[in-house]
This record gives sequence, structure tokens and C-alpha cells, in this order.
Amino acid sequence: MHELSIALSIIEMATAEAERRGGAKVDGVYLKLGALSGVVKDALLFSYEIACEGTLLEGSRLLIEEVPVEVYCPVCQTEHALASILQFICPVCGSPTPQIVQGNELEVVALEIEE
Amino acid sequence: MNTPRLVQVREKVLKQNDLIARELRQRFREAKVLTVSLVSSPGAGKTTFLEKTLSLLRPQYRVAALVGDLATDNDAARLKRTEAPVRQIITGTVCHLEALMVERALEGWDLNNLDCLFIENVGNLVCPSSYDLGEELRLVLMSVTEGEDKPLKYPTIFNSADIAVITKIDLAAAVEFDADAAHRNIQSVRPGMKVLHVSSKTGEGLDEWMQLLKSKSSPS
Repeated sequence: MHELSIALSIIEMATAEAERRGGAKVDGVYLKLGALSGVVKDALLFSYEIACEGTLLEGSRLLIEEVPVEVYCPVCQTEHALASILQFICPVCGSPTPQIVQGNELEVVALEIEE
Repeated sequence: MNTPRLVQVREKVLKQNDLIARELRQRFREAKVLTVSLVSSPGAGKTTFLEKTLSLLRPQYRVAALVGDLATDNDAARLKRTEAPVRQIITGTVCHLEALMVERALEGWDLNNLDCLFIENVGNLVCPSSYDLGEELRLVLMSVTEGEDKPLKYPTIFNSADIAVITKIDLAAAVEFDADAAHRNIQSVRPGMKVLHVSSKTGEGLDEWMQLLKSKSSPS
């Protein structure tokens, strides 16, 4: 379980940004979370709440947008969303699809700040 | 009353780790050190596999190893029998290695005096997948005693690795290991992945592993 250290990194990042804006309070953090990021959403939400205590982010919400895996099919020459990360095959033609286009994301995209 | 405002940020959470990993990869390449990391569940045979690997490469190749563990230095002590330089990284409560731990553990070592560096991660098939360590090759090991469905249970780590190594194949018959099913599962989560079958005990399969390593590294 490394979600707590991920939560701490998110808080550190958001705090730095809030302090750049004169110590403003952060109400929300928007996060993109890829299905292949290796991070479990529920564990992260749980860790986040605890880790926020006593920081500028106390009481803030972590808003997670889950990003499905998209692969490039060399046969169709198109990008497709995968139905499951247990089967890296093209949902249209059934070819193996090792090339990942998206799904590794673990990034903060926006902050809701009181200024 | 202040009005909340949405501020665009776009920053990778593991930016710091990725940055250090990138610097490490650059240093390894410049010094012509082939860096290989090993991940697996606890007890899959990483240390024994590494012990064999170090012994087979020495003295022709200049090899060294970093070994991650939560609390003990037992693995480092075992690997030191190979007479290769070995350093233990004790992570405390952290369940995976991070690039910074690797960078710190390398302090004082001249990479120009190395051909091959191995990094044994903490036994864990979940958390290490998120952290780039600057390695050139990531090996994921699974032993025949763990069952054929390991890749389906931990697709993310298999997806982050370059080569799958099925270990303890001397026990395959005893545990009725279905090699075809294991291959199907590996290819399902990581199409095209190279798979090796080894027994560190009997030495079976280690030749192919040595050939693969040597094709990617040259002794200086």
C-alpha cells in the first residue's frame, strides 16, 4: 500500500501551489488516475483524508477522474479503449495490442482554491 | 466571502521520482552499465536467482547489486558470498524502492567500474509498478508454486516489466504447473513479452538468461 505516500505527494504539491498564491485555502484537488497507474482509488481517497489533517488542504475533496487504458491497434491503425486490463487485444479485430496510448496517468490537473 | 477558483496545474504526482530516475538512466548509459531490476512477490526466488546470476557473470563481467528489504540485511549477506559488491537498502515501512533510494545507495560507487548493476526490489507485486528506478530492464519473477494466474492478478506490474521469469521450474511437475496457461496469461496482459523458464537450483534455463544479458552488455 503506497497510496499514503502518493497522497502526501499530492498534498505537498497542492500546498506549494496554494502558498505561491499567498497561502490560500484549497477546497478541491482534481486528479487523473490511469487504470495502469498502480494506485487504488479507494485506498488513495482514504489516505488523502487522513493526510490532509492539519494542512491547508484539511477538509478538501480529492476529485478523481479515472482514465481507462487506450491502446493503438497496429492492424486497424486506430486507438481503442480496452475493455479490461487483463486482455490487451483489440476490441474490434482481436489483434494483440502492446502499445499503450493512455492509462498510466497519475497527475494533478487542477486545484480549487479560495483566493 | 472568498469565491473558489479553479486553477489549472497539470503536474505528475511522481514527477520527482521520474526526474531522478531519468538522471540515473542517463548516468547508467553514459557509464555503459546495464541496469536490471527484479520484482516479484515475497518468496518467488529473486535472491537465489540473483545469487546465481552474479556468480555466473563474475569475474568476466564487473557486477554489483542493490537489494531492497523492509527490515533485514539477510539477502545482502547471502549475495555477498558471490564476492560481488552488494549494498542493502532498508526501506523501513516503505513497501517499494524509489529512485532516490537507488541514487543514495550508489553514493561512492564509480559506475565506470561496473558492467552490470542489479536492483532487487522489495517483495511486492503491487507498489513497485508505479516507480521508475532508472533501470534498463525490469524483470518480473513468478515461481511455479504461485500458480499460472499471477499475471491476471497483478496485470499492472507485468505491464511495467520487460521480461517475465518463471522460477523454480524443477518443481513444475510436482505442483502440476501449466506452462501454456501461464504463457497465455502473460501474453494477455503484456503481448510480446519475453518469457524465461529457470531453475536456480538445477541451473536449467540460466544459459538463455546469460545469453540474453550478454547480448545487451559487453565486458570492458
